[in-house]
Amino acid sequence: MADFTMPALGADMETGKVVEWRVKPGDMVHSGDVVAVVETHKGAIDVECFLEGIIDNLAPMHTGLPVGSVLATVEGPGAAPATQVVPVAPAVASTRAKVSPAARHKARTLGLAVEHLQGSGADGAVTLADITRTAAKGGFDPVQMRQAIATAMGKSKREIPHYYLTSTIDFGAAQTWLDAWNGARQPTDRLLPAVLLLKATAKALAEVPQLNGFYENGAHRGSSAIHVGWAVALRGGGLVAPAIHHANHKSLAELMVALRDLVQRARTGGLRSSELTDPTVTVTSLGDRGAECVLGVIYPPQVAIVGFGRVQLQPWVVDGQIQPRLLVNVSLAADHRASDGHVGGQLLAAINTALQNPEQL
Amino acid sequence: MNASEVRTLAANVLAGIAPEADLSTVDATEDLREALDLDSMDFLNFVIGLSQGCGISIPEADYPNLFTLQKLVRYLARDQR
Repeated sequence: MADFTMPALGADMETGKVVEWRVKPGDMVHSGDVVAVVETHKGAIDVECFLEGIIDNLAPMHTGLPVGSVLATVEGPGAAPATQVVPVAPAVASTRAKVSPAARHKARTLGLAVEHLQGSGADGAVTLADITRTAAKGGFDPVQMRQAIATAMGKSKREIPHYYLTSTIDFGAAQTWLDAWNGARQPTDRLLPAVLLLKATAKALAEVPQLNGFYENGAHRGSSAIHVGWAVALRGGGLVAPAIHHANHKSLAELMVALRDLVQRARTGGLRSSELTDPTVTVTSLGDRGAECVLGVIYPPQVAIVGFGRVQLQPWVVDGQIQPRLLVNVSLAADHRASDGHVGGQLLAAINTALQNPEQL
Repeated sequence: MNASEVRTLAANVLAGIAPEADLSTVDATEDLREALDLDSMDFLNFVIGLSQGCGISIPEADYPNLFTLQKLVRYLARDQR
């Protein structure tokens, strides 16, 4: 029998709360099934179970549980079902909406209807936290998210000796290729420049693997898989960087579909636990209205973050002549405990090479 | 599609992309990307919504015609003549 435990959905998470079980005791679960919805500072996350067998002993809902605590047990195939342990009954919401006075006041000022809200307080009462959460359209609590970012970034800046490199890349070839691709396609099949930046980075990391992976317990632990954490700004503040799995093996069209889906779910809820736990590196792209250049803060325990500024027309020397060219600034912030600047420079050079050959992306 | 139908379509598509935005506060000549803080992905989704709503595949080269409410009404309502 194996324990299914509360996953750590990021270096900054200490506790989580099951708000929904998608399975019943006695159900058969398969590796990768979404079995529960856990509420964290990053919103409600669909938690996958990577065990195989009969699930039982489901933990109570709406109770803060520490990372690593047992959420359920899974009896492997062929084994006898687990002995029945009666789980603590979850709080049953009464039909009449119970609302705390503070919550009612806040709801009134925000113009929210409290009647249909699922309360998380004792006896299903709607609490002030529920109102705050509902008011944040993305389904996350902005105060909690701010706190989580503060914790993770504080840890990063205290513990990780960052070094920084930047480079300017001529985006002309990539843009020409992109214009031809998009010109022949419906809006739903068009690509954003960000997808080319993403794929070029993933390909470059395959060549320079020292910048992919984690630094833990005093040593660098590389990852053979490249799961790019893509930084998504949330409307109304906050940030999350869920994984695009095996980004180096996906086509540009597949990456675009994955990216659109990921951004949508990051903003409206429904990110999966593996997307929060798996990133082996982070990429942040500021988009067409962003700043020229970004120097990132590494998300621990990762060892690098690659940043792209806005693609913009600038004077550039080509064949001895000054020409207007589309340029993009790329930066690397990397953990000096895991790599040196020489390796970092190789990564930026590999990204440049990849973007000069867009047809091979 | 007439001008008022285009306006309604644009408002509906934007409500899905930026639910917290209040379109009534946006001037007809204001750049929607600035006014509603739309990033590249938001804007592409806006184009997709408008294209599907109007039944027109809007070419990328015409995107600047969609930057303000005034321009997009002129562009899309005209296109249907």
